Amino acid sequence: MSIPGDLRYTRTHEWIRVNGNEGVVGITDFAQSELGDIVFVEAPEPGTAVSAGSPMGNVESVKAVSEIMSPVTGTVTAANEALKDHPELLNQDPYGQGWIVKVTLSAPGEVDALMDAEAYGRYVAEAGH
Amino acid sequence: MRYLPQSPEEIRAMLDVLGLSRAEDLFASVPEEVRLKAPLDLPAAVPECDLVERFIGRSSRNRSLTCRPSFLGAGAYAHFVPSVVNHVLLRSEFYTAYTPYQPELAQGTLQAIFEFQTMMADLCGMEVCNASLYDGASAAAEAALLAARVKKGRKVLVARSLHPAYREVVRTYLGRLDLDVEELPFGSDGRLDLAALKERVASGAAAVLVGQPNFFGVVEDVGAVAGALPEGAERPLLAAVVTEALSLALLEPPGRQGADVVCGEARSFGLPLGYGGPNLGFLAARKAHVRQMPGRLVGETKDHLGRRGFVLTLTTREQHIRREKATSNICTNQGLCMLAAVVYLALMGRKNLRELALRNLSKAEYLKARLKGKGITPLFSSPTFNEFAVTLKGTPEQASEALRKAQMVGGLDLSSPYPEFPRGYLLCATEQTPREAMDRAAEILGGLP
Amino acid sequence: MSRFLEEPLLFEKDRPGRVGVCLCTKDVPTADAEALLGPLARKELPARLPELSEVDVIRHFTRLSLMNYAVDYGLYPLGSCTMKYNPKINEDVARLEGLANLHPLQDDRDAQGALEILWTLERALCAVSGMDACSLQPAAGAQGEFTGVQLIRAYHEDRADRREVVLIPDSAHGTNPASSHMSGYRVEEIRSGPDGCVDVQALRARMGSDVAGIMLTVPNTLGIFERNIREVCEVVHAQGGQVYVDGANLNALMGITRPGDWGADVMHINLHKTFSTPHGGGGPGAGPVACKAHLEPFLPRPVLVKEDGGFRWDHDRPKSIGKVHAFYGNFLVLVRALAYIETMGGEGLKAASQMAVLNANYLRARLKDHLALGFDGPTLHEVVFCDKGLPNGVTTLDLAKRLIDYGFHPPTVYFPLIVHGAIMVEPTETEPREELDRFVEAVKAILAEAASDPEKVKGAPHEAFRRRLDEVSAARNPVLTYTPR
Repeated sequence: MSIPGDLRYTRTHEWIRVNGNEGVVGITDFAQSELGDIVFVEAPEPGTAVSAGSPMGNVESVKAVSEIMSPVTGTVTAANEALKDHPELLNQDPYGQGWIVKVTLSAPGEVDALMDAEAYGRYVAEAGH
Repeated sequence: MRYLPQSPEEIRAMLDVLGLSRAEDLFASVPEEVRLKAPLDLPAAVPECDLVERFIGRSSRNRSLTCRPSFLGAGAYAHFVPSVVNHVLLRSEFYTAYTPYQPELAQGTLQAIFEFQTMMADLCGMEVCNASLYDGASAAAEAALLAARVKKGRKVLVARSLHPAYREVVRTYLGRLDLDVEELPFGSDGRLDLAALKERVASGAAAVLVGQPNFFGVVEDVGAVAGALPEGAERPLLAAVVTEALSLALLEPPGRQGADVVCGEARSFGLPLGYGGPNLGFLAARKAHVRQMPGRLVGETKDHLGRRGFVLTLTTREQHIRREKATSNICTNQGLCMLAAVVYLALMGRKNLRELALRNLSKAEYLKARLKGKGITPLFSSPTFNEFAVTLKGTPEQASEALRKAQMVGGLDLSSPYPEFPRGYLLCATEQTPREAMDRAAEILGGLP
Repeated sequence: MSRFLEEPLLFEKDRPGRVGVCLCTKDVPTADAEALLGPLARKELPARLPELSEVDVIRHFTRLSLMNYAVDYGLYPLGSCTMKYNPKINEDVARLEGLANLHPLQDDRDAQGALEILWTLERALCAVSGMDACSLQPAAGAQGEFTGVQLIRAYHEDRADRREVVLIPDSAHGTNPASSHMSGYRVEEIRSGPDGCVDVQALRARMGSDVAGIMLTVPNTLGIFERNIREVCEVVHAQGGQVYVDGANLNALMGITRPGDWGADVMHINLHKTFSTPHGGGGPGAGPVACKAHLEPFLPRPVLVKEDGGFRWDHDRPKSIGKVHAFYGNFLVLVRALAYIETMGGEGLKAASQMAVLNANYLRARLKDHLALGFDGPTLHEVVFCDKGLPNGVTTLDLAKRLIDYGFHPPTVYFPLIVHGAIMVEPTETEPREELDRFVEAVKAILAEAASDPEKVKGAPHEAFRRRLDEVSAARNPVLTYTPR
């Protein structure tokens, strides 16, 4: 179970890598392993407004669909086109090539409320997963 | 009780295993206050021989189309079904099988569905077709809902020349959602009024639904309808709704004329009239919209040994996974009816299906000509397939009574769905309509009032 | 000789020039299609309608049929599906000329036999369910649900009472929220208590004047009877809501209790479950809706009326929700259901429910020391186990697939969602004891294999026509029609 130290995490198993006012968002290694083989990703278009804790897309495996909740409030600047033809990247490299969207944060302070790697690790362990 | 295998001794033995003495004790968890104290108000069991007699009696109290010529179409068309279809349907490996959720045990059903999808997509000129919907009317409603999802729009434009029952089902499905259904008029040629269409789409629409052929049997120019729609993001989805699937063998497929969805009723492919059910709805669409399609889809894949096989796929669209966000609530569809259609189409093949369609056209044209000779003219001059509307000299009621007295089944009174045609009458002729019957009918109708 | 032959697709057997039918003799001149239709005439013959002989077609479908499992072959222990035996006499009566060859738009006077069948079936379903009125129009259970929720909607609208929400237990089948959503309602989940039943306190707390109604399956998807059902109905009614009962599990209750007597306002009935009509590899079924008198004005039109010693269709129904079907429903399926009801009689239907519950509890008693139960409470016609204690990483899915090698269709798996790795078993009443015993022995054998030789189980099925199929590729790159290679 990989939980990189430089990221922040949500209770709904998304991660965000923040650089100033820019963020990259994806789903965690735990999330992808729970879902199984990903077959389709529905991500918001660039220009879409997103808000912290609200759904912004879907991830589908063969037998399940899971909503992707935005960790922050802001605007989507890019969606990972590679996932259209290679959704398996989410399974293979969830923190790297499997990134889902890039966002501009309108309230960077929100990030402080998200879990750090240690807290997320405890959260996953405690929730009996 | 021949369907309840356990003998009284076996029942006792099984109750013993449970530590119970009576069958009643199995229901201890059902509170006393809701337990029935009296037997169900139903007659006693009927032995098989009596049951058969009873149903034969019921059957004989109907004046069916066996040995009775009919001029009724209007969404259900009398076609001959080769006996092979029934024999395949009576194989219990097909009719007593469950939905193919466990593909290793259901390759027969799954391959047949894949064959159906392929044949129907091809007939419609579309890229993909689903495994069936309940009937043409609900398929039309599902097409409207699909368009609303894809375009994220509210307005659905439905041709008034679409089958009245279909329009009512569309309104029932869409009525309580945040969608507006508006009707588009037809012109004096019986076809969709393109000027009215252009005007209505100008203010934005998600879908345009047009019958092909329409309720009057008129063949629409789908290409012209498509051409009348705005380009780009404003363009609504165009759905051609087919009530007589046989027409697809003789007409240019709507998918090649600019339709985005081809949907409707395929009961003409191997189903009995059956007093209107069960039916065979279908919906064919572009691959780009596949994730918004309702109903089951079967896909080709391989098993662990690399052998070709078939599975239900894209199931995350469906209710059992997506629940309230599903593309539709449909679960059980019309599986065995779909099988009838695959068998029928396999027997007919491309040449004979076209030949059959041509014979239908020929029969209808013959009837048209005979009626014209008696002073009864078509309502519209546009081309038709195996159905057409006329203006009677008398009333539709008189016409149907007179034909009924002559041991025939008359056409449909158009005055009720279309009050502007008080003497409008819809007549159908298929390969099952004998020439003598058409001659006789023309005589009778020509003599009215 | 293997029972299984690899059978190509129809398109791969295409032999132009072969003929499968002999069309009737022509008796009118051939019309000139090109002249009449011009550019609207089809330019090319369809590529994917192969030319085959009758023998080719029969061989093809016979070989396909042999790849299928079916009820006539063996047990389908599928929870909530009620895969009972499909009586053969029903197939015969549904094929009688006077029924099969009747056009739906013929004069009512010429369809009196058909109308009497429908009338008798309506009254029988009302008798079983304890309701006052019925519509046979819905073509399947899900369509029946949609119709029932629409009735509720129409009822509230008629009283100018705006309600937004339908409450649904977390154990419900997916069609319930889907049907509610299609009717324009928002869905809220009501949690189940530790006993597996609706948490009545939670319901009391949530029930309000914004709730149109509650949708309940009784017994629920765990096979447990909602013992507080009367209270649930009272709580909902007290604030003007309506109670919808999903009749998927009616096979447990016939002649024992009736939803109408609990306070249910409307329910749908799955004829392809409780009333023996065949599943057909995915339909056609039928999902009639039965309701109390106050909802009757809203039923789909037309409505069947009995008068002057005959029957007719009444289309003049100003409060009707409209139509869900172009005609009257899946008529030839309805014929089969009536044949079954008349064959069984009232006592026979009660016996069926008793035997259904006996068979399910017998399986439960014989399996509970081997598989962990999902919930502890008493169950009726179905029972849910979970994957607790499955050794060596063997999953519910693996167990299900290995049952195929033992000659069974797997039970329902991973539903209801509230049980982890759920295995839902419903044998129905038409299973003889020895088939149930055979099933128990198979489960025991597989559990032993899971402990000693788990790879055997994880790689199952080994004996079926196909091994496990790659559903991931099928979803990532869907191939939905044939293209020649």
